[in-house]
Amino acid sequence: MSVKLLKYIVSNSCIRSRVHNMKYMSTVNNDKPIKVTFNKANGDKIIAEGKKGDSLLDVIINNNLDFDGYGACEGTLTCSTCHVILDSKDYDALPDKPSDEELDMLDLAYNLTDTSRLGCQIILEEKLDGLEVKVPATVNDARYN
Amino acid sequence: MRWRYLSHSIRKYSKDANGFQVGIVGAGPAGFYCAQQLLKKIPGCQIDIYERLPVPFGLVRYGVAPDHPEVKNVINTFTKTASNENIRFIGNVSLGCHITLAQLKHSYNAVVLAYGADEDRKLNIAGENVSNVVSATKFIGWYNGLPADKNIKVDLDVEHAVIVGQGNVALDVARILLSPVDELRKTDITEYSLEALTQSKVKKVTLVGRRGPLQVAFTIKELREMLKLPGVSTHFFENQMNDIDKVINDLPRPRKRLMQLMYDASQKTEVRNKLFDILFLRTPISILGTSKIEGIELAVNHLEGERAVVTDEKYTLKCELAFRSIGYRSVQADPDIPFDKMSSTVPQSTGVYSVGWLSSGPVGVILSTMSNAFQAATLIGQHFDKGLLGERKPGYDYISKILEDKGIITVDWNGWMKIDKVEVERGIKHGKPREKIVDIDEMLQIGGILK
Ligand SMILES: Cc1cc2nc3c(=O)[nH]c(=O)nc-3n(C[C@H](O)[C@H](O)[C@H](O)COP(=O)(O)OP(=O)(O)OC[C@H]3O[C@@H](n4cnc5c(N)ncnc54)[C@H](O)[C@@H]3O)c2cc1C
Ligand code: FES
Repeated sequence: MSVKLLKYIVSNSCIRSRVHNMKYMSTVNNDKPIKVTFNKANGDKIIAEGKKGDSLLDVIINNNLDFDGYGACEGTLTCSTCHVILDSKDYDALPDKPSDEELDMLDLAYNLTDTSRLGCQIILEEKLDGLEVKVPATVNDARYN
Repeated sequence: MRWRYLSHSIRKYSKDANGFQVGIVGAGPAGFYCAQQLLKKIPGCQIDIYERLPVPFGLVRYGVAPDHPEVKNVINTFTKTASNENIRFIGNVSLGCHITLAQLKHSYNAVVLAYGADEDRKLNIAGENVSNVVSATKFIGWYNGLPADKNIKVDLDVEHAVIVGQGNVALDVARILLSPVDELRKTDITEYSLEALTQSKVKKVTLVGRRGPLQVAFTIKELREMLKLPGVSTHFFENQMNDIDKVINDLPRPRKRLMQLMYDASQKTEVRNKLFDILFLRTPISILGTSKIEGIELAVNHLEGERAVVTDEKYTLKCELAFRSIGYRSVQADPDIPFDKMSSTVPQSTGVYSVGWLSSGPVGVILSTMSNAFQAATLIGQHFDKGLLGERKPGYDYISKILEDKGIITVDWNGWMKIDKVEVERGIKHGKPREKIVDIDEMLQIGGILK
């Protein structure tokens, strides 16, 4: 746990510094990084950064986060392995409401709640900076370890 | 970093993960997800995946409908797992035919059975053997290019087809029968079935289930897809949906949304060119017709709680083609497998594990198969950590000699990549993602190794 945390802090600061560097290097890319916190069921808190237009799934992939089995269908709305749970304030604040197709897939997810979404369908924008989501327990999480 | 390395090496030396040998039987989603997780739970272990066919991916290649290419994206993850240097794919080797469980147990610290559930359940009624009564499993194998099913006989020069069963597999069959054929042309469906479907006269498909609307097994995504099929209208028999709206609001969410969608669909009256009919509360009692099917005699059921109870009332449904799609069953591939005959599954035991449909029974999507495989891998990791799977084992060295002695041509991952390349190239000609090779000998010619 502490080692993991250390790793994430290190990798996060690397990402941060890379973003800073990019800023200095290029004037075209002035997107501010958007911070997202993933709270895993085993208690791990993982902070990562994405940019505007990224989905939460993109954030996980681009940061090489190791979420077993997450995003199996690669964001094509056919698997529900990218399930996340938001608090109701954040849920209501998301710019796009879930489509019928997203709700259909969510219906197959484990631990479905009223504020569940699919991570591949949540698209980041600046006002979502600081978003926290819960990655619900699937069998690969703490309670089975 | 250093801590991590340290803890790895402590683990390595105390339990010797380097020599730890795992043999997996079956290269479907369960086998691959289990391997993926084992690489993490027991770093440094060697994993050999045996597959009866020369090619990997199980039902993702041979079950999942060709018009659902997104579902097949999991193949990318499996391919990544297979590229790990500690994973070996050995295609064209069948447990119970070329190798035995005893030999696997001799060779591996842990044997993981992941060979799925590929036998279809029969209706066991009179007339089931007349022509044009087809197993949905075989029909799916046929359009997906499963070598064993490439020659099955199905006459599509008929107007009305009945499918017995109301799960997602039944909906897959209905959708393939009713889809505009041009939609299928861009998929990896086999060219010969595309030709047959182009000639098909099927205009009406009836889905028959024993129980009522509240008990359907199909999921909402699949139904929504049916409702959106161009040129097809969905009907429900005899006002069977009439009272559903009264209970919808009391249902938990997934059922509630599904019932609402069904109810809304049942209130529409438009008539299109082709028809998709849903009939509840009927149990097939005999197939009519002497050489070829002419209809199905059904018993009318009523519900007692969730259970369907047959009444004396009968109902005849005329049709010229019928599919049975009432579920799958695993077989006992080898007499030594601790097989539970009641449930047709294999329970976990120390040293011999089961994953996927063989473990859970033949229900659930890839997500549930993944969860099941991760869980089993965790259990194996625990057994390893406790030192229950101790002694040194010979692994593939031993099995490869057996295969060599028997003159078995095997296919390794590189061989599969060659087959894959040829299939993709052949697909380009037809404007498809791939044209599957359906002949085992041809697969072996392209990708086989004979020692
Ligand atoms: C028609 C159909 C459509 C489906 N569509 C979807 C879908 O759209 N989305 C979804 O999420 N899920 C779908 N599923 C479910 C999904 O396919 C299963 O959850 C999953 O494939 C089960 O994985 P498995 O590895 O247990 O079995 P399988 O995929 O069946 O893999 C078993 C493997 O073992 C091999 N094998 C069998 N016997 C032996 C032997 N004796 N020796 C060696 N190897 C052997 C087989 O050749 C096969 O490759 C569908 C299932 C079916 C039947
Ligand atoms: S990644 Fe499959 S639904 Fe989001």
